[in-house]
Amino acid sequence: MSQSPALANDLGLFARRLGDDALVLGQRLCEWCSNAPMLEEELAIANIALDYLGRARMCYAYAGEILGQTEDHLAFLRDAKDMENLLVVELPRGDFAFSCVRQFLIDEFEVLYFSGLKQSAEPQIAAIAEKTFKEISYHQRRSRHWLRRLGLGTPESQQRTQVALDSLWGYCQEFFLMDHLENRLCQTGHAVDRAGLTQTWQAAVLAHIAACNLVVPEDGWAAKGGRQGVHTEHLGHLLAEMQVIQRSYPGLNW
Amino acid sequence: MVRAQQQLTLLPEARFRLNRRRQSSAHLPVYQLLDQVKDPEIPVLSIWQLGILQDIRVADNELCIVITPTYSGCPAISMIKAQISEVLHGAGIRHFHIEVRLSPPWTTDWLDADARRLLKNYGIAPPDTTACPQCGSAQTEVISEFGSTACKALMRCLSCHEPFDYFREF
Repeated sequence: MSQSPALANDLGLFARRLGDDALVLGQRLCEWCSNAPMLEEELAIANIALDYLGRARMCYAYAGEILGQTEDHLAFLRDAKDMENLLVVELPRGDFAFSCVRQFLIDEFEVLYFSGLKQSAEPQIAAIAEKTFKEISYHQRRSRHWLRRLGLGTPESQQRTQVALDSLWGYCQEFFLMDHLENRLCQTGHAVDRAGLTQTWQAAVLAHIAACNLVVPEDGWAAKGGRQGVHTEHLGHLLAEMQVIQRSYPGLNW
Repeated sequence: MVRAQQQLTLLPEARFRLNRRRQSSAHLPVYQLLDQVKDPEIPVLSIWQLGILQDIRVADNELCIVITPTYSGCPAISMIKAQISEVLHGAGIRHFHIEVRLSPPWTTDWLDADARRLLKNYGIAPPDTTACPQCGSAQTEVISEFGSTACKALMRCLSCHEPFDYFREF
């Protein structure tokens, strides 16, 4: 790598947090295995989870090379305070409506985000973004479709979907928060300005919500802190389950 | 003379480039060796026919086998790497490494013409058609946008009522 050590380190930390987002959401999605409302959706969710796991591995492999750590270390030996994922991905899976709404809100954001990140000045980040973008675009299709089915379905599905939307709305603002690390990487063309995506995301999300017989929640509270390692109580439980094997048998390999 | 019912299928440019790379390669025998390596999920297709095998070249004084994953989380990739090593070792080639390249991302445009026919015979609808691979009916519907693997969707034929996998365009 021909970058300065400071830039390389920034890129490593940046890729690591993108990996954290993907790993934690992938783990949450896996919880639907044997719990989904129907077999076909169980397969679909497991496939989406696999895309996230694949993304986490691409990010961790890249970050690990810079930071001098293995993929397994990054995934299985870091505590909640060291994880920098967004809060929205660590929330418990809830009911099917909750998971669908979360996926919809995230897909709409990630399509925009990774579309921008394809232009990153760092070729490997751009390559990961390009691969991710194709996969997310397909997820987005399914998420939009499910939001429509749930919102326009029965009174119960509509009501549960609305409840999910209301409880998730305040977690979405964290998508658009920048910090020093990402600001620096943005200035050099390596990362994407999250704040700049707010309006496009809102327009897309609001239009679809309205078309699905759902009401846009009012902006009020907003939860943040994931990027600083300040998490909800749920992450620790998730990590405990995900990391138990590696922590019980240190250095365990497949 | 081309008859009216005959269809000329044009090879996507991406596949054309892959084919040309192989034809003009100094490592054609290695390509031929690796034709034995099949995708573990779809054992009728080789990694060459799927477009997973991208290039064979010399780097750092040894052979470099360049492959690309279909999907980023594709669990078959580690098995494919192991199979490549096995075939090359079996042929007495000791000095090589395998590079997994992400960009440009894999696309169904990289499937070769044989792959589409083989998929159909295997009972999987190839990317360019959602017609039933069993009875040929065009009356089909999607059951789920994801099937048994990330590269497939689950469909149902409305004529013969059989479910089938569709290798989705990507």
